[in-house]
Amino acid sequence: MSAPLPGLALLFAELSLLAFGGGNSVLPEMQRRMVDVHGWMTAAQFNALFGLAQAAPGPNMMVVTLLGWRLAGVWGALVATAAMFGPSSLVTGIALRAWERFRHAPWRRAVQAGLVPVTAGLVSAGAAVVAATAAGTLSLAGVAVAAAALSIATKLHPLWLLGLGAAFGLSGMGFD
Amino acid sequence: MDQTPPRLPPEPAGVAPTVGALFRGFLALGLMGFGGVLPLARRMLVEERRWLGAAEFADLLGLCQFLPGGNVINLSVAVGLRFRGVPGAAAALAGLLAAPSVVVVVLGAVYDRFAEDPAVRHAFAGLAAAAAGLLIGLAAKLVWPLRRQPVPAGLAVLCFLAIAVFRVPLLPALLVLAPFSVLLRHWGRA
Repeated sequence: MSAPLPGLALLFAELSLLAFGGGNSVLPEMQRRMVDVHGWMTAAQFNALFGLAQAAPGPNMMVVTLLGWRLAGVWGALVATAAMFGPSSLVTGIALRAWERFRHAPWRRAVQAGLVPVTAGLVSAGAAVVAATAAGTLSLAGVAVAAAALSIATKLHPLWLLGLGAAFGLSGMGFD
Repeated sequence: MDQTPPRLPPEPAGVAPTVGALFRGFLALGLMGFGGVLPLARRMLVEERRWLGAAEFADLLGLCQFLPGGNVINLSVAVGLRFRGVPGAAAALAGLLAAPSVVVVVLGAVYDRFAEDPAVRHAFAGLAAAAAGLLIGLAAKLVWPLRRQPVPAGLAVLCFLAIAVFRVPLLPALLVLAPFSVLLRHWGRA
């Protein structure tokens, strides 16, 4: 698995500017480009790295740093992280200065409300794309459904759910 | 649900944090948050360090949710910029990302080292399935409020089909669906 640094930079810079509603909305595109377009890794590898990154603290897009590191070492991690978080931060900085002027503008509310269903669709697509391979066997699908149900119905810390999933996997139930 | 009597939000301290304080504040935040840093960000900024008032926090968060990028990422940039300009924004962002970056690479190295071991492979398969489950839970929470609104719900379904089923590239999909959704919203109101 390796990837050129400019390719990584361009990909994540684009995703940075398209991440309306947060990082999870660009997850399906990230997987599509990594796996289908560039062939930098398999879907299973992508999902394993995504799962791993979810077990790390901090903002929920740390999978970007991990992908950069896997594909191009330390420089890959730095380039991917800077490309994913740099452009959107620049936009934030610029928008902060204009915020006073457009905060109460009617179009601002329309745009924000209009993006809600798009974000919901994108995050659902991300869930489906990741689950399609990560929950490929009956027992793993059971783990995914149980984690989803517990995350909705209880206030259990996500780390517990990830830990329980890993423990269930470790028990080897239902594998090959 | 919350039975505690309403209490006045703490006043902001009125002292602008230094660049170093911004870095340290967001460094601590990056180390603490698992699967959602936002509630912790509010506690740190409004209640503990009192850099922002409650209303100011809500206002900045509104901006950050409106823009592309992670909410807390954008929030760190906005807070840093507000108090210490570009160096402050860079310090806050670097602080937020420093610890999670190191942790995630260490986890990746452990995974690489032991990926051949069947037990480790199984554990990671279970972990990935649980992570997918958490994402399903998040998607459900975003979709549920749309259930009685046929137009936004239809748009969400359309977006889902385009991306997950037909694997349309995100850029053209967004260029069509986002303006369409905003215009529908606009006309629906008028």
